[in-house]
Amino acid sequence: MSQAQEKELICQYLSEISDPEIPVINIVEMGMVRGVLFRESKLEILLSPTYSGCPAMDMIDHLVKEKLQSKGYDSVEITLVYKPAWTTDWMSDETKEKLRAYGIAPPVGKATSKKGLLNEDPVFCPQCGSKNTEIESMFGSTACKALYLCKDCLEPFDYFKCI
Amino acid sequence: MELLDLSRFCMRLGDSCLIMAHRQSEMCSKGPFLEEDIAQTNLGLDLLGQAEALLIYAAELEGKGRTADDLVYKRPERGFYNFMLAEQPNTDFAFAVVRQYIMTLYLSRVYETLAKVDDETLSGIAAKAVKEIAYHQRHLGMWIKRLGEGTEESHERIQTAINELWMFVGELYEEDELDLKMQEAGYAISGEAMKAYLMANISSHLTEVTLSVPKSVYMTTGSKKGIHTEYLGYILAEMQYLQRAYPDAKW
Repeated sequence: MSQAQEKELICQYLSEISDPEIPVINIVEMGMVRGVLFRESKLEILLSPTYSGCPAMDMIDHLVKEKLQSKGYDSVEITLVYKPAWTTDWMSDETKEKLRAYGIAPPVGKATSKKGLLNEDPVFCPQCGSKNTEIESMFGSTACKALYLCKDCLEPFDYFKCI
Repeated sequence: MELLDLSRFCMRLGDSCLIMAHRQSEMCSKGPFLEEDIAQTNLGLDLLGQAEALLIYAAELEGKGRTADDLVYKRPERGFYNFMLAEQPNTDFAFAVVRQYIMTLYLSRVYETLAKVDDETLSGIAAKAVKEIAYHQRHLGMWIKRLGEGTEESHERIQTAINELWMFVGELYEEDELDLKMQEAGYAISGEAMKAYLMANISSHLTEVTLSVPKSVYMTTGSKKGIHTEYLGYILAEMQYLQRAYPDAKW
C-alpha cells in the first residue's frame, strides 16, 4: 500500500468517529482533521479545535487514539493546530443538510463576513422550515450553538453559529 | 523579539483569560434564568480555551520545563499577572456583566492586533479568539442596554457596578517596558490608542443607554508586577487546592 493509499485509509477510519456532541456528523466532515503525517515510528494527526475551549476536544483526542490503535497504530500523536482557525465555512452543503435533518439549524452565511458572523440573516426552523424565528439566547447547549424559537411551530431549536 | 518577553506577554494575557474564566465558572447555577446561566458559563468556557492555548505557548517559549498546568496550579499570587479587573468578584450580576463587557472590548482589540502578527501560533490563537469574542461583545452589550434601560433598580445596580469597577480600567492602557517592546514589534497598540478606543466605545455605549461614565480619575495599578486586590488569593485558594493538597495528582 502506498503512503497516499494509507492516508486515505486512515481518513476513512477517522470518519468513523462521530462528533461527541453531534452524533450524525463525523470529525472529518466537521473539518477538524487537518492532516495525517507519518513520522518515523509515529503517526501524527493534526486536529483543529472548533472552539478554543471546546470540552469535546479531550474526548475526540481519546477517540482518535482508540480508533487508530484498534487498527494497529500503536504510536499515535495528536497535535492541535490553530491556523487557519477552524470555521463553519468548511462544512459542505451535505454536512449542513445532515445537521438540519438532525434538528440543528446549520450556519447561515459565511463567517468571513461580519454580518454572517453575528448572524443577521434569518435562521430557518429545522422542524417546519419557517423563517419566522427569533433568538432566545446567543449561547445554547454548547458554545458553538445559539438557542432559537420558531414562532410558527413553537419548537425551540439549536442553531449552529457561524464562526 | 526575545522569547522570554513574548512568553511574559502571553502569560499576562493568558492569566487574565484564566482568572475571568474562573469567575465566569462561578456563575454556574447563579444566572438570572436558565438560558443566561448557560450563556455565562459558555463565556467562561471560551476564555478557558484561550487561556489554555496562551499558557501552553507561554510555557513553551519560557523553556524552563514548566507546563501550562504548572503555571496555573503552582504559581503563588504574586506570580500572576492578570489585570485586577479580571479578578473582581461577582458581587452582583451587574458586576459580572460590567467586568466582562469592559474586558471584552479590550480583548477584541488585542486579538485583532495579534491575529496579524508574524507568529504562526499566536496569530492562530488570536484569529480564533477574535470571532469568539465578537459574540461575547454582542451578548454583554445587550445586557448593558437591558439593565441600563430596564427598571430603576437595574439601572442603579449597573451604574453602581460601573462606578465601583472604574478604578481598574486604567491598567488596561498603562504601559511598562514589556508593553513598549511589544508595541515596537507590532504585537500591541499603544496605551494611548487603547485608552482612546476604550473610552470612545464605553462612553458612547453607556450614554446611549442612559448610563454615565464615572468622573473619578483615580486609577489603581500593580498587576503587571504581580500586585493584586485581595480577591485573587481566594480564587487561587479554590483553584489550586487539589494540586496543593495532592501535588501532581492526575486522573
